[in-house]
Amino acid sequence: MSEEQKKVVVPGEILAESMEVLPGFGTYRNEKKIIASRLGLLSQEGKVIKIIPLSGKYLPQRNDIVIGQVFDILISGWRLEINSPYSAMLSMKEASHDFINKGADLTRYYNLEDYVVAKIVNVTSQNLIDVSMRGPGLKKLKGGRIIKINPFKVPRIIGKKGSMVSMIKNATGCKIVVGQNGLVWIQGDPAMEIIAIQTITKIEQESHLNGLTEKIKTYLEQHGLTVVKEESHDEQHDDHSGHEHRQDDQYGEQHDEQKGEEYEEN
Amino acid sequence: MTSTVNNMMNRKVKNMKRTDGRSQTDVRPITAKTGVIKKADGSAYFKIGNTTAYAAVYGPRNLFPRFLQDPKKGILRCNYNMLPFSASDRVRPGPSRRSREISMITEKALLPVLDLDAYPNAVVDVFIELTETDAGSRCAGICAAAMALADAGLIMKDLVAAVSVGKVGNDLVVDLDGVEEHYNENESTDIPVAMIPSTHEITLLQCDGIIAKEELFKAIDMVKPAMQKIAEVQRNALKEKYR
Repeated sequence: MSEEQKKVVVPGEILAESMEVLPGFGTYRNEKKIIASRLGLLSQEGKVIKIIPLSGKYLPQRNDIVIGQVFDILISGWRLEINSPYSAMLSMKEASHDFINKGADLTRYYNLEDYVVAKIVNVTSQNLIDVSMRGPGLKKLKGGRIIKINPFKVPRIIGKKGSMVSMIKNATGCKIVVGQNGLVWIQGDPAMEIIAIQTITKIEQESHLNGLTEKIKTYLEQHGLTVVKEESHDEQHDDHSGHEHRQDDQYGEQHDEQKGEEYEEN
Repeated sequence: MTSTVNNMMNRKVKNMKRTDGRSQTDVRPITAKTGVIKKADGSAYFKIGNTTAYAAVYGPRNLFPRFLQDPKKGILRCNYNMLPFSASDRVRPGPSRRSREISMITEKALLPVLDLDAYPNAVVDVFIELTETDAGSRCAGICAAAMALADAGLIMKDLVAAVSVGKVGNDLVVDLDGVEEHYNENESTDIPVAMIPSTHEITLLQCDGIIAKEELFKAIDMVKPAMQKIAEVQRNALKEKYR
């Protein structure tokens, strides 16, 4: 299955007609039939048929690392816009490793329109979101550029164990942070920033096609960059599934390679 | 070659009442495309004969004013609009009784397939614009909107297909065009139908004119194959974007 091009399916399409297989993400069962309930790529893992979405809004999940923009300052915290239908709450207690006094001027920490990297700690049934900035790599983003991509393409931008993003990082020398909500922060040499942005847009557009890593490698080399490819096995097909398979090498620093592995075991 | 011409001639002779040479069960030529409005979360274009509809979906997104929010599930908001130049008489811009009605019935035609449980307090906005109209505009709008919703990545049981059926003179015909709709000083009957193609569940059924009960049932049966054809066009258009 992984060899050939994945099939695009649309809502209402019958995917299988058997009790032997189980309906997974993006599908439902009607008597014997398993039917698609959203637009995406068809994928089968063992007995489970599921759909890898191609479009849609980001739905917050616990433990996701996201990039947010401060759009309101409240009495005891900040509200962040996280490119989703719902905004996130960053409370004073969770905002930094330092202790923030009651009544302190919150704008001194994060002002309106600042971008921050935060981790989602809780999502309620009504989609009220709590985020925290206590943790490695969670910080305020200074300078650089922010681009928006389709949140369902994020796992492909990151690649297997961060292989794709580190390839771009190494080639362009930019610092890159990829938020699960589809915001990407890039900082480096201005000319290189542009190449990095172009590469990421290319990945986003061609993520459903085969041989992506190789294509991106040639693309970067066309720009006269040397690409050091990390040992990763190409064709990360089951990798863009969105929610189950998180990679966590989203920070500018390299030392998080290990953390990514920890995550996968969860 | 000659046989095709003969067939066409035969058909024309048999059904003289259809001006464009269609058989009674034929729909007008359809073209459809998705992703036509880049900034929207989902969008689609649906043209049937000389009726053209564009639909753009925004959301799910935050809904204000707050009293409109539903804490149980997301809500759907449709807006149907005909552009001033879309018909031979200038259409006065802004909401009208007619456009409000069509917005409402579009919402009700689409809601049975949509699952917005994952988006409490949020809204999905659907904007339908008609650039050109020649009867069947609400059906074209529903077809475009269903495609745009799927393109936006929303959770849907199935697509929704819509087409009109009606009685022109003494004949039942599928997909009335402008001429047929106004046949004999608007004496024809126009019945817009929207269906969930896989189950044939009817999500919209309106009737403008007079029709006998038996004929109505016959008309609904007649429209089912046309629905399948439209649904096929919609599915192909959605897939075409990723080719």
